[in-house]
Amino acid sequence: MTAAKPHSDHPDAGTSGLGLLSTAVPLLLFIGLCYLWPEVVRGRVFQLQWPWMPTLDLYLRFRLDGLSLLFGLIITGAGFFVSLYSSSYMAGHPHIGRYFAFLHAFMLSMLGIVTADNLLLLFVFWEGTTVFSYLLIGFDHESDIARDNARQAILITSVGGLALLIGILLLKVAGASFILSHWVTAGDQIRQHALYPAIFSAVLLGAMTKSAQFPFHFWLPNAMSAPTPISAFIHAATMVKAGVYLLMRFHPLLGGTQLWMTSLVIIGGITALWGALQALAPSDLKRVLAYTTMMALGILTMFLGGQTTPALTAATTFLLVHALYKASLFLAAGSIDHQTGTRQLDRLGGLWRAMPLTAIAVAAATMSMAGFPLFFGFIGKEIMYKGAMTETVFPGFATTAALFSNALMTGVAGTILLGVFFGRRPAALAEVREVPWTMRFGPSIMGGLTILFGIIPWWVSANLVQPAVLAFHPTREEIQLQLFHGFNTPLLLSIITLTLGGLIYLTRERTRYGVVLLEQRLPVTSQRIYQLCLDLFTRTAEMLTRGLQNGSLTNYLTVIVLCMVVTVGWPWIGTATTALSLPILDGPMAAVGLVILIFTAAVVVVTAKRTLAAICGLGGVGAGVALIFLVFGAPDLALTQLMVETLTVIIVSLVLPRLPSLDNTKKRPLLRRIMTACLCVAVGAMITSLLMGIHQQPLDRSLTAFYESKSYLAAHGRNIVNVILVDFRALDTLGEITVVVLAAWAGIALIRKPKERNPCNPSF
Amino acid sequence: MQSVILKTATRLMVGMILVFAVYLLLRGHHEPGGGFIAALVAGTGFALFAIAEGPRKVRLAVRLRPAIIALLGLSLAIIAGLPAVFASQPFLTGIWWNLGSKISVGTPLIFDIGVFLAVLGAILAILLNLEEN
Repeated sequence: MTAAKPHSDHPDAGTSGLGLLSTAVPLLLFIGLCYLWPEVVRGRVFQLQWPWMPTLDLYLRFRLDGLSLLFGLIITGAGFFVSLYSSSYMAGHPHIGRYFAFLHAFMLSMLGIVTADNLLLLFVFWEGTTVFSYLLIGFDHESDIARDNARQAILITSVGGLALLIGILLLKVAGASFILSHWVTAGDQIRQHALYPAIFSAVLLGAMTKSAQFPFHFWLPNAMSAPTPISAFIHAATMVKAGVYLLMRFHPLLGGTQLWMTSLVIIGGITALWGALQALAPSDLKRVLAYTTMMALGILTMFLGGQTTPALTAATTFLLVHALYKASLFLAAGSIDHQTGTRQLDRLGGLWRAMPLTAIAVAAATMSMAGFPLFFGFIGKEIMYKGAMTETVFPGFATTAALFSNALMTGVAGTILLGVFFGRRPAALAEVREVPWTMRFGPSIMGGLTILFGIIPWWVSANLVQPAVLAFHPTREEIQLQLFHGFNTPLLLSIITLTLGGLIYLTRERTRYGVVLLEQRLPVTSQRIYQLCLDLFTRTAEMLTRGLQNGSLTNYLTVIVLCMVVTVGWPWIGTATTALSLPILDGPMAAVGLVILIFTAAVVVVTAKRTLAAICGLGGVGAGVALIFLVFGAPDLALTQLMVETLTVIIVSLVLPRLPSLDNTKKRPLLRRIMTACLCVAVGAMITSLLMGIHQQPLDRSLTAFYESKSYLAAHGRNIVNVILVDFRALDTLGEITVVVLAAWAGIALIRKPKERNPCNPSF
Repeated sequence: MQSVILKTATRLMVGMILVFAVYLLLRGHHEPGGGFIAALVAGTGFALFAIAEGPRKVRLAVRLRPAIIALLGLSLAIIAGLPAVFASQPFLTGIWWNLGSKISVGTPLIFDIGVFLAVLGAILAILLNLEEN
């Protein structure tokens, strides 16, 4: 691609009515939350509960407190803007219905996570976001890259999901309540429990994978293969924020220990720095934004490692700051891509005249990201430095990490704003026009909010931040965000940040070169380890499949029979200490004749030279067994056995022409044949001795007596066998006939396969 | 297979075998028999028919596709469990209605017919497909 051209995938198809209609879902939810908002600020908690599976401690229990409200407003607000935006962005896409279905299901799962008050329910929604994010990242399912990236995302996040599930189960063992709202008042019981490190590691792994923390960060930039509005949604409001939410909720239960603080501060700090540094390298606008998200997630995790009110306030405030500017920036990036056909920074420039309204929104968002005074980002940064200095562990490291990542953010913000909208406009972009209102609305409103919130921070702190912090950190300290805190260290650090950021912007070419070089020189990266593990996994699977499913029926039978002999015969040899004696023959003498018949037929099977003879021999064995049933008074069983044998002979004789001649099998190596014979004898001996052993025990007739007494009175039937089949154990029979039907279905598929594989030669 | 004797005998036999199958099915609640056995007997009858006259004739005589018969049977078995649910008893509990003083009809009979159709459909599906290949 040498020149930027108008986006060919999504022609200007106007606006999708379906999309516009579907914006009602998030909008109504948002309005509903706004309606409850004043009550929540006053400290009221809304609750709903229905039982789901009470024996598993699983209740449909929902709860709306300050933290849920903050997240809920972000999710539904961003959800509304994103679906409004998508109704134009995705207009004309063939799978637009599927797109909106996934989008709203994803949003509702996320809303479920933040409102669930039952830990298992939270987990259900947690996995819901995993699945729907997979579907959305791989939405462009015909592209290899999209599929690979979607698979990467689901593998990594579901590993975390499994870890979280283990953590949840361990919590149960440790005696914690599954009701999240009880944790705030929980004591140190879990923190002092012997299982604490295991629980903490499992929960942390869940949060780290979901929230893209180092070293699991690499799936996030790759998730960029999703349609841009989805990226905006994943990055600003959903999915990656789920891990952060989890850490906030677990804070009262697990937080405050040395282990918690150390790991979170270090992991968060490294993620923030590495993300911010890598944000300088790519030239793809979306990828740049993805790395800045990684930085934001690192910062959030780092501050959640703190224990003091300023640190936790910083995390909560920055959550809102980031949601606003990131959603706005991503949507704007999508608009730019949509109008110009490129997201490469070096092909963009001077667009402010072409897209003035988008430019204003981006300007507001990037200013907030850089943390200029009067923008909400400035407030976030001030409280961040205040919080970092009060961290209990490594305050120096936290402050430094925050300072450098913020400075890098400032540089990146400058690159985005000035690089895309100012400077010389490339000739290829001469015809670019502004996007429709649906695609301007979200970025503009959110850009406007970053300014508004920056001017009235006290309102934000009283109505959004404080209720949220109090929900997971009950404190008496006053939480207040102010426009100007006076001349103090945070202000000094802010000035240093802006200065450093300016320097980074000025030297961006050289810095970028350095980062790219560093990325290339790294001996080992998470991405490569992931690839290695994946390759290893597929190779192992391939090897196992080749070994176990090699297509030889003889091998399958050998494995099955061998397993049976070992698993049944082993314990049997251990217990069968008493001498086995032949049962006393008190039955009719006809049985002896039948035994001789069966034996003769079995000899025929083993020695037969032709397949047909062998099959007839098998039929003879079956018929003999059926007759034995008859002689000993089980006519139903005898009849069934006889019919099954008859049908088997018919079916096998139909298959006969396709079977290889027995002569081939006789040519097998002698050793192999001896081993097969040994196995057969072992099975026969085992079953015989088992039957003889059973015969030595007195027969328990209580079950028979039950059926005999109930069969006619309760089930109106005298044939006990049939009454058991159709009444007493009818559910079993239902299951069995389902299996029969499915087996027949699968059988048809197997029989027909050669025909369909080779349509030119139907006579196969 | 082209054999006049087989064909003639089959014509006489198949009808009887099928009638016998229905007899087994209906008497199953009190005497040896039942849906499963009846389906096997009927399956043998159709197998004989298929050997003598070819699978195409069997398909024409049966009219419905074997898979449909099997699914019909499964549905019937499930439906037989529903009256109990409406009577707020566990799924598949037998419910009986008295017709006169001697005869009573219950959901287990419907269930047994479902079993019969499901198994017969499965047998026919395998049998006919094998013969056709």
